[in-house]
Amino acid sequence: MTLSPKRLLGGLLLAAVAGFALLAPLHGADPLKQNLSDALLPPGGAYPLGTDHLGRDLLARLAAGARLSFGFALLAAMAAALPGTLLGLLAALHGGWLERLLLGLADAVQALPALLLVVLVTAFAPGDFLPLYLGIALALWVEFFRISRNTAASILARPQVEAARLLGFGTGHILRRHLWPEVAPLIATLFAFAAGTAVTTIAALAFVGVGARPPIPEWGSMMTELLPYYAEAPLALLLPGLLIFLTVLGLHLLAGRGRA
Amino acid sequence: MGTLIRTLGGRAAQAVLVALLVGTACFLMVRVLPGDMAYRIAASRFGYDMVDSAAAEAVRQELGLDRPWFIQLGAWFADLARFDLGTSLASGEEVVDALAVQLGHTLLLSVSALALSLLIGPPLGALAGLRQGGWWDGALLALSAALRAVPAFVIGVALMIWLAVEWEWLPAGGVGGWREVVLPALTLALGLAAASSRVARDAVGAVVASPFFGFARMKGLGDAAAFRRHGVRNAAIPVVAYLGLQLVVLIEGMVVVESLFAWPGIGHALVHAVLGRDIPMVQGTALVMGLLFVTLNALTDLACWLLDPRRRAQ
Repeated sequence: MTLSPKRLLGGLLLAAVAGFALLAPLHGADPLKQNLSDALLPPGGAYPLGTDHLGRDLLARLAAGARLSFGFALLAAMAAALPGTLLGLLAALHGGWLERLLLGLADAVQALPALLLVVLVTAFAPGDFLPLYLGIALALWVEFFRISRNTAASILARPQVEAARLLGFGTGHILRRHLWPEVAPLIATLFAFAAGTAVTTIAALAFVGVGARPPIPEWGSMMTELLPYYAEAPLALLLPGLLIFLTVLGLHLLAGRGRA
Repeated sequence: MGTLIRTLGGRAAQAVLVALLVGTACFLMVRVLPGDMAYRIAASRFGYDMVDSAAAEAVRQELGLDRPWFIQLGAWFADLARFDLGTSLASGEEVVDALAVQLGHTLLLSVSALALSLLIGPPLGALAGLRQGGWWDGALLALSAALRAVPAFVIGVALMIWLAVEWEWLPAGGVGGWREVVLPALTLALGLAAASSRVARDAVGAVVASPFFGFARMKGLGDAAAFRRHGVRNAAIPVVAYLGLQLVVLIEGMVVVESLFAWPGIGHALVHAVLGRDIPMVQGTALVMGLLFVTLNALTDLACWLLDPRRRAQ
C-alpha cells in the first residue's frame, strides 16, 4: 500500500475514532449505569456529551460502542480473510477438482445477498455474537477467495514462475517471492472494505433488533433507543450515526480506490 | 441468442441454489432448537398441560419424525418444491398467503427505489462525465464517497426526521398512497445513486473521449444532439450492467429500511420472523427475497442484452 493523501486522511479518521475509544474510559463513567434523574441532559458538567433516556453517560456508551465495533470488525474481517486467502492460493496452486469445488462453493454462497445470509445464520441464535461473526465471515470470505485465486492463477501462468520451477525452486519459494508480494496489497485493500462492511452490518442488524441487544452499548441499537427522544436530545441521536460514518469513511479511504 | 440463453440458464441454476441454501439452513434451524421436536409440536397442538409422551409419540409417527434425517430432509425439499411452505407459527396463517401480500409491497418499494435512483444518479454522473476535472466532478466524487460510507438506516433516520417530522412533508411510515412510498424509496435510492452516479460519470467520460463521438461532433452535430444520438445508449450499458451488482445493496437495504419505515414487505417480515423464531416464515421470506434477487438479476441481464446490439449479434 502506498501512502496517498486519501489514505492518510482515512488513517487519521480511524486514529481519531480509536483514540476516542481508548481515551474516553479515563473519564471514568460506567456505560451501563443508569441515573434516571439525569435523563436526556445536554452536554456539560459531569457528562461531557450528555446522557441518554435512561441517564447513562453518552461519552462512555459511545466509546464502548466504538471498542465493540472495532473489535468486532477486526475479528470478523480476519475470520473472512484468513480462510478466504488461504483457500484462494490453494485453489490456484492445486487446480483441478479442488479448484472447481471451491469455485462452486463460492458461487453457492454468493447466490444470496450477504446480509440475507447473515440474518439466516443469526436466526439460529438471535442476540448471540458467535452467529454474527460466523455469518459475516461466511459471507465475506468469498471476495478474498476470488481475488487471491484469480491473481495467483494469472501470476502462476507467467514465464518467470515456470523458470523458477525449472530451476528447481519449490512451491514455498514461489509462494513467498512471486505470489505474496502481489497478492498481499490486494488483500489489505479488501480487508479494509470488509471491516467497513462488518461495522455497517453489525450496526444495521442491531438497529432492526436482530443483532446486539440492549443494554449492550452498540451504535446501531443506540440509534434505535434514542430515535423517540430526538426532539429532546438531537445530539444523542446524531453522535452514533456520525461515528459509524467516520469509521466506515476512514476504512474506505484507507482501502484506496473504489471497487466499482 | 445463445449467450442470452446461457446467462439465463445460469440464473435458473442460481435460483435452485438459493432454494437449497435457504431450505437446508431452515431444516437445520428446526433441529438445532433445544428439546424434542415431536413434544414441542404436540404441546403447541394440545397445550403444554395436556401433552404427554404418548401424544408426542403419535405426532412423531404422524409427521415421520422417527425416520432417518436424510429422508426427512428429502421430504422437506419435496414440500419446498411444491411451494408448500407450511403455516406461520406466530399467526397460524398460510405462509404462502402472507408472502403474496408482502411481495406486492416489496415490489412496489424496490421498483420505486430503482426508478428514483436512476433519476438521481446517472444524470448527475453524466454532468460530471461531460466536464471531467471540473468543480462538479470533484463535488460529486466527494458526495458519493461520503454517501457510500453512510449505512441505509442512518440515511433513513435523517430523512425521516427532516422530511417527515420537522417539515411534515411526508408521512414517517406505514402504507397507503404514493406519499408513503417516497421516504423509504428515497432512502434506498440515495445509496444506490451514490454508486451509479460514479459508473455513469466514467461511462460518459469514456464515450466523450471516444473517436466515434469526436467524429459525430466534427461532422457538425451540436453537443446536445451528438450526446443524445451517440452518447446516451453507449453510456447506458455499463450503468445497467452495474445495476446487477447494486441489487445486493437494494435487497440488503430492504431488510433495514422496511423495518425503519414500518413498510409491511418481505424484509420487515423476515426480521419479525427471526425475532419470533417463526421458522416457516423465516424460510418463506428468505426464499422469496433470494428469488427476487435472482429474478431482478435476470432482468438486468436481459436489459443489457436488449441495449447492446453487439451482444445480440454474438
